[in-house]
Amino acid sequence: MIMFFSAIKKIFLYISFVIIFGCSNRQSDVIEIKFWAMGSEAEQVSKILPEFEKRNPNIKVKVQQIPWTAAQEKLITAFASDNTPDICQLGNTWIPQFSSLNAIVDLTGFVKKSSVVKPEYFFPGVWETNIINNQIFGIPWYVDTRLMFYRKDVFERAGFNQPPKNWDELYLLCKKVKELDKGAEKYPIFIPTNEWNSFIIFGLQARAKLLKEKDTRGNFSSKEFKEAFDYLIRFHKEKLTPFGMMQVTNVYQAMAEEYISIYLSGPWNIPEFKKWMTGNLADKWATAPMPGHKNEYPGLSLAGGSSLVIFRNSKHKDECWKLIEFLSEPQIQLKVYDVTNNLPSVIEAWKDSSLANDIYMKAFYQQLQNVISAPKIPEWEQIVFSKLQQYAEFAARGVMTTEEALKKLDEDTDRILEKRRWMTFRAK
Amino acid sequence: MKKLILHIILIFIAVITLIPFIWMISASFMFDGHASVFPPRFIPDQFTLIQYERLLERLSIARNFLNSLILSILVTFISLTFNSMAGYAFAKYKFKGKDKLFNLLISSMVIPAQVTMLPLFLMLKWMGFINTYMAIIIPGLANIFGIFLIRQYCISIPDSLIEAARIDGASDFLIYKKIILPLLTPVLATLAIFTFLGTWNDFLWPLIVMTDDSMYTLPVALANLMLEHTKDPELMMAGSVVTILPVIIVFLALQKYYMKGIMMGSVKE
Amino acid sequence: MKSNSKIALLFLAPAISAILIFFFIPVIAAFVISFTDFDIYTLGDFSTLRFIGFDNYIKLLSDELFWTALKNTFYFVVVAGPLSIAVSLSAALLLNSKLTKFKSLFRLAYFLPVVTTLVAVAIVWRFIYHPNFGILNFFLGLIGINPIDWLGDPFWAMPSIIILAVWKNFGYNMIIFIAGLQNIPEELYEAADIEGANAFQKFRFITLPMLAPTTILVSIITMIGYFQLFAEPYVMTQGGPLNKTLSIVQYMYQEGFRWWNMGYSASIAFVLFIIIFIGTIIQFRIQKFNK
Repeated sequence: MIMFFSAIKKIFLYISFVIIFGCSNRQSDVIEIKFWAMGSEAEQVSKILPEFEKRNPNIKVKVQQIPWTAAQEKLITAFASDNTPDICQLGNTWIPQFSSLNAIVDLTGFVKKSSVVKPEYFFPGVWETNIINNQIFGIPWYVDTRLMFYRKDVFERAGFNQPPKNWDELYLLCKKVKELDKGAEKYPIFIPTNEWNSFIIFGLQARAKLLKEKDTRGNFSSKEFKEAFDYLIRFHKEKLTPFGMMQVTNVYQAMAEEYISIYLSGPWNIPEFKKWMTGNLADKWATAPMPGHKNEYPGLSLAGGSSLVIFRNSKHKDECWKLIEFLSEPQIQLKVYDVTNNLPSVIEAWKDSSLANDIYMKAFYQQLQNVISAPKIPEWEQIVFSKLQQYAEFAARGVMTTEEALKKLDEDTDRILEKRRWMTFRAK
Repeated sequence: MKKLILHIILIFIAVITLIPFIWMISASFMFDGHASVFPPRFIPDQFTLIQYERLLERLSIARNFLNSLILSILVTFISLTFNSMAGYAFAKYKFKGKDKLFNLLISSMVIPAQVTMLPLFLMLKWMGFINTYMAIIIPGLANIFGIFLIRQYCISIPDSLIEAARIDGASDFLIYKKIILPLLTPVLATLAIFTFLGTWNDFLWPLIVMTDDSMYTLPVALANLMLEHTKDPELMMAGSVVTILPVIIVFLALQKYYMKGIMMGSVKE
Repeated sequence: MKSNSKIALLFLAPAISAILIFFFIPVIAAFVISFTDFDIYTLGDFSTLRFIGFDNYIKLLSDELFWTALKNTFYFVVVAGPLSIAVSLSAALLLNSKLTKFKSLFRLAYFLPVVTTLVAVAIVWRFIYHPNFGILNFFLGLIGINPIDWLGDPFWAMPSIIILAVWKNFGYNMIIFIAGLQNIPEELYEAADIEGANAFQKFRFITLPMLAPTTILVSIITMIGYFQLFAEPYVMTQGGPLNKTLSIVQYMYQEGFRWWNMGYSASIAFVLFIIIFIGTIIQFRIQKFNK
């Protein structure tokens, strides 16, 4: 044991040495800006930045990777401890949270003076997600939205040469596909209850107003939302979609094996589908815009993606803006698309042949003209992640009727929004 | 016969404890999708290092490894020192309010550590320790369970030993250092390895207090990667192997002291 | 035993002051926070903080999700606790047998799950439990049991978590039991042999009573640890399906660090504290009564 302690002591001394001499600072005539990015974007964007640093030799960008699943906790703790970066990539549903924390700055002044970043250069539905009380808090960096990934060959076998255009067609198609292979455990469509987006998208398509009274109360029991909710839950009830998430650990494999034939999801799946659907499967899958509620086509989808924001605590806001402008140039947007597969937010970039000629991208381009923003309140994510998904699962499993589920959802939403009500109405 | 049955049971339990590791290692050497087959493969059909190459491509493992190592050793060393001193005092000294203080400590063991997370976080922020090694060291400085364990062991040390040393003119600190500490070896070794591994494996707290990736510990850095690739079982298995391997190496290396500690603990007084 | 407060305090000072400043003060702070509506708005603008008395606690009583979490946690503690202690003790007894060869090798194998990183292990187990490709269903299939959707089926999700927890943790208590067993004087067994006692009698009248202090220790540590169930469901099921694996600590974490309802989160923490406190007292009473 004495030996153990003396060994430890030596290591201890060595470590103190490393700590003292290992953390020296470098010279400071170059401005270093801290840029936090999520997931693989962080790895890939580093490949683009040398060009920016070459153009702006006085700026050095330090990129840090944050995992998507822990990003929100991470960012808020960083805010609470004054450790925020200068510039950051934010999922656009998070902008309301960080603007109400007063953590990020209004970029309207920058935008007015800029020749690179102009509102009309971006998809309007996506641009809208960044505006809160007429202030611009973020500039779209890349966009995404959900649409339909499907197996062409399965559709054809079911007698559909075109993707469904409205709700009724989609349902009919799924019924037909289910009948194709009697006995085999297969499901036409994958609508997991742990992805809230589908529920909200169909709700918005049915023209549901999700919240009421200045966004301080839930409105999910409305006729419109209930119609959408009922519609989706029916797929579960009639075994047209697999239960839960554990059944499908790998969506792409499930798609390749025809375990599922439709998946409503976003552009991040494309590289994976390409990887899994090889050989004679390579031309068996396609993308199509969302079906519409009744006659409108394409149907609405949610405006997603990530925006770039500048934190209030940053001492280098002008340098950050330079980086935002750089990342908004169409050819840079294309480079980012090249390395990350994230879709450009700048419309000009979509005219490039790499996107214009891509058969899978056509549907996305179409869909992105028809996107709308989710309610812009800080509590939104809590409502959908912790409550909507929960009650969707309850309804899908038949533990509750859809009526009960939506009533409970409204109650819980009202509870979550209590503070918001107090803050909204106390001033008046 | 009795011996045979005993060993069959022992081997059966060993198989259960080890099979997940064997499967994990095996799957980590497979190509994408090759682990998702029925019946499961325990040996890769085609052996590949591609998952490990993908892992190495994107991690500064050395830096994260060093963070984990430094922190685990520092926390172990400091908390063992603090805990053994306190445990000794509780076992071998009389002072006013001793029982009350000890009972207070013991009953506060039931307070879940998660209760303190936010206030502690704000406190460390106020002290400027967020994103430094101190943020992890400070909550690990002393540990009530450690004090309790050492006190229990210490009580069994005969007072006569201490009295004899005192008559020889040894100071209190000398007695602690030269007599008590060597006698505490078994419990210290056990506690050391638990503290070390506990710090090494801790996930939530480092994730919260370390904001720069250069400060991440190994599990956080690897979790970072894994959270991005939940749909790649083979890559995740390779990630798990890399996460677990250092722990097992450290465990095997320190195991000598650990087992010695247990053996010494069995020597009858 | 020496009575010298000054020196005793010197020995105590480092540990006690660290615990006081970095544990007790945060606990008190959390207690105060539990009577406020500290939330994300408060983080941005402190003037929105309201003292709301017992509102958080009252809200808890009518919060169905809290009751679900409470029920799940009790289920876990009541089943996994005794099970893992029984497994630990059995393993320790087997390993401590004089007949056993390669003791250290077996001990190593049994202890391995304890030292490994939970996040990594849980990822592996998620796959072991996979309904189609998992090895658990494969082995069950060999003995004619139909595939079970372990983590997806509301009935099996908690048992799955329990199996993982026992697998992961039994080695820890096993080591404590082995240490306890080795502290039992050999003479006692020799004396019993002379009197012709059989193996069970020796276990019942020597091993068990002599292990009593160790067992108290082990069962209290285990209970406290298991009430704080968090990482396993967090990584494996995120509390699902149908909230069947949502634990109190996980609910507390969700409310606190995910949604930043710190006031509410703190009140959940204190309810958990009270439950564990009562549990500990009951265990002490039972042990005393048995004596």
